[in-house]
Amino acid sequence: MAKKEDILNAAKKAAEVIKEKVEQVAEREEVKEAVEAVAAAAKKTGKAAVAAAEELIAPKAEAPKAEAKPAAKKETKIITPADAKIPAGPLELKWTNYKNHQKLVNPANKRRLDVIVIGTGLAGASAAASLAEMGFNVLNFCIQDSPRRAHSIAAQGGINAAKNYQNDGDSVYRLFYDTIKGGDYRAREANVYRLAEVSNNIIDQCVAQGVPFAREYGGLLDNRSFGGAQVSRTFYAKGQTGQQLLLGAYSALSRQIGKGKVKMYTRYEMLDIVLIADENGEKRARGIIARNLVTGRIERFFAHAVVVGSGGYGNTFFLSTNAMASNGSAAMQMYRHGAYFANPCYAQIHPTCIPKHGDFQSKLTLMSESLRNDGRIWVPKKLEDAKRLQAGEIKGRDIPEEDRDYYLERRYPAFGNLVPRDVASRAAKERCDKGYGVNNTGLAVFLDFSEAIQRLGKDVVAQKYGNLFQMYEKIVDENPYENPMMIFPAIHYTMGGIWVDYELQTSVKGLFCIGEANFSDHGANRLGASALMQGLADGYFVLPYTIQNYLSDQIGVPRMSTDLPEFAEAEKAVQDKINKLMAIQGKRSVDSIHKELGLVMWDFVGMGRTAEGLKEGIKKIDAIKKEFWTNVYIPGEANSLNNELEKALRLADFIEIGRLMAVDALHREESCGGHFREEYQTPEGEALRQDDKFSYVGCWKYTGEDSEPELIKEPLDYEFTERKTRNYKN
Amino acid sequence: MDQYIDIKVRVWRQAGPKAQGHFETYELKHVFQGASFLEMIDILNEQLVAEHKDPVTYDHDCREGICGMCSMYVNGHPHGPDSAITTCQLHMRKFKDGETITVEPWRSRAFPVIKDLMVDRGAYDKIMQAGGFVSVNTGGVPDANAIPIPKPVADEAMDAASCIGCGACAAACKNGSAMLFVAAKVSQLALLPQGKIEAAARAKAMVAKMDELGFGNCTNTGACAAECPKSVSLANIARLNREFLAAKFKD
Repeated sequence: MAKKEDILNAAKKAAEVIKEKVEQVAEREEVKEAVEAVAAAAKKTGKAAVAAAEELIAPKAEAPKAEAKPAAKKETKIITPADAKIPAGPLELKWTNYKNHQKLVNPANKRRLDVIVIGTGLAGASAAASLAEMGFNVLNFCIQDSPRRAHSIAAQGGINAAKNYQNDGDSVYRLFYDTIKGGDYRAREANVYRLAEVSNNIIDQCVAQGVPFAREYGGLLDNRSFGGAQVSRTFYAKGQTGQQLLLGAYSALSRQIGKGKVKMYTRYEMLDIVLIADENGEKRARGIIARNLVTGRIERFFAHAVVVGSGGYGNTFFLSTNAMASNGSAAMQMYRHGAYFANPCYAQIHPTCIPKHGDFQSKLTLMSESLRNDGRIWVPKKLEDAKRLQAGEIKGRDIPEEDRDYYLERRYPAFGNLVPRDVASRAAKERCDKGYGVNNTGLAVFLDFSEAIQRLGKDVVAQKYGNLFQMYEKIVDENPYENPMMIFPAIHYTMGGIWVDYELQTSVKGLFCIGEANFSDHGANRLGASALMQGLADGYFVLPYTIQNYLSDQIGVPRMSTDLPEFAEAEKAVQDKINKLMAIQGKRSVDSIHKELGLVMWDFVGMGRTAEGLKEGIKKIDAIKKEFWTNVYIPGEANSLNNELEKALRLADFIEIGRLMAVDALHREESCGGHFREEYQTPEGEALRQDDKFSYVGCWKYTGEDSEPELIKEPLDYEFTERKTRNYKN
Repeated sequence: MDQYIDIKVRVWRQAGPKAQGHFETYELKHVFQGASFLEMIDILNEQLVAEHKDPVTYDHDCREGICGMCSMYVNGHPHGPDSAITTCQLHMRKFKDGETITVEPWRSRAFPVIKDLMVDRGAYDKIMQAGGFVSVNTGGVPDANAIPIPKPVADEAMDAASCIGCGACAAACKNGSAMLFVAAKVSQLALLPQGKIEAAARAKAMVAKMDELGFGNCTNTGACAAECPKSVSLANIARLNREFLAAKFKD
């Protein structure tokens, strides 16, 4: 007996040693191999296991260093999981472990720390409110006249959470898995799991704020289905979920503004971030330069940390579902200061938008993905029917059932009309490219509710989608109850964005990035109803924790004067740029150049990309850049309210972003999610990933105004999921 | 079918908050009726920029009727002659060839003009800061399904909550009252159990702030609800009055 116990104790001790050793190498690729070998060895006695483990681990720990040196000359810089601050341990414990061990700031010190938050969308408003509730002093900026108007407000369909209220088998793991898979295995596992984990807290929080989510007759919350999932996990408030969630965050923010904990700056636009070196020479974000959009005055603001939640850069395409003022300038300011721009080429093209109808058009209107719950997408089977539709001779309802091609149901029987957005968009393009488009431009497909109206009755359909139908009718002047809607894909969301670590900190110290503006969580394609989830996860439940790990070191840093030379220099650079733009006095309006950029983006960096096309696109973008900087005309004065100047400053950055998107798309020789390279597809026309070569986050580092950016890679190792080819067919 | 039309646009031009304003009339040829009203203003502005003139300043953003940014009086109506829409959802097919269209900024003492058609609606934010919230911090809240809410109540709260804060109600009101705006928020939160706890204090605080900021009194003319782009119902004002009176009786 005693002998057995001894062996057991030895084995236990050995297991501890092994665990320690494994943790030492946990950040290395060989870890899997090592763990397997150790496990095999552990079957022997404890002592033998220790010996085996040491033998296995010791030489390998030295190996990569020895190899790294000779190759160092041309090697791409690599971001390791340690650089990305991904906590060790099993997936489901990472966030808990992080929170248990992170540093916090005590209440008295919170009062002495200032945080700037850029943007008042779901991410910005929820972060600003939560930080203020905790006791930090928050300076919050937005370009609109009120924080309630950020473009999160336009999200229609819903927000995902792993509540499993419908008892249909949902779980945190399943939401995590669907998001990873939906993102085509190009997102970070640890971040996505955390997102799925906090998704449930978001719903609780919003209900407590008085967000009027849809309910069932029993009084409990209702759910609907969205693309890319086989469960119903989407919470919604009519077709206005984004609005209601944003108003919830806005109400929390308003409460803190009223208490004086948030100082709100409306109609202000950040034009630069100010970095100041600490005593070790390390540059840290310490404030911003912003333009008062009403007076035109340039102003300086200090804070101990800067959080940017400025949204995506979809308006690079001019026509998108984004709001008119949505822009990527904050991202470019971060990028120019050394924050990496990650995966810029991952842009989401939403399948259900109202088709373009003229050159004067200013934006494309989205019709919620929720419509695909009951609407069926089709084009005619016969080319001659399509031609007659294009000529306006017949209407969709004139085509008999047997002559309709429900191409999504045909190609993807398992998911049908609810395939993810990238798949649905490409399928529409494929049909239209073949000539089956259904409107005068040949760039539209039908979204048909006739079957749903028959099955459910017009009243039920109206109750579910009435406001969307009304919106459609106002724009198109056609009744969607009687004739199928026409839809076409449009740029909607950008999965790419500023690179952040697990703490949502960029590669610049003290500079954080949240919501759509950062790159995390959605990989190469975002699932429907996940943008609201990510924005609020970042703002309510992630950043307010992780930022403290940074700020805890900053409690000794006094508030700095904005008279410091760093502020003066940054302001001067901004002023010089504005003066340069105002002095051009050329012949072209800002919008005319922006529209030209948009067309180039759509044609060469859009839904189907090729190496040749991208190279051509880059040339065209360079030409547009030259045209802009020599021939733009901005009326009025710089030091007063000047919408044209605002647009010009944003366009200057869109041109750079457009180029960066093209450069990234050219380098990524594979198809994944929203990035489709025509050279890389299966015989059936599905996206073909190249996991052996491109399973990494492509991070671009700014190297100067006229030099090419440097590529840095963050390899994506899938520890907890098996990478598969996305299959929505069966 | 949408056609091309020639129109005249009579626009309020005002250089700054204290400057003297005036109407200016511009001719626009060959405007497609499928264009939205704001796209028509874009076309006008492109024309003005081409002539090296100052373009018309106006608020706009989402262009799908939800952000509440656009704010124009068109032919004497907030958001124009069509019902239940914002200006960005108004289309040129509502106008005839040869028509002169008059465009003004919001008319309300509490919304001073910043420039041309752009006004300052900060007063609405201040009313919200006075009490338009449920006092809960992030975290530590009960499960979302812990308190069942009858569907009709939730639906009614949703209807009240659909207010986009555009200011059309106060702009339409001959008294310049913000009652519909305040009532919408007070109603939404008073209907829901989460908001009921502070209902009395909320109603008093928001009404007091509204009065302080120079909005007029409500005389139940109903212009606000008639012009509201989200069809927020007058019944909310009745509920606000009940909440307000109940709160006063408790004092």
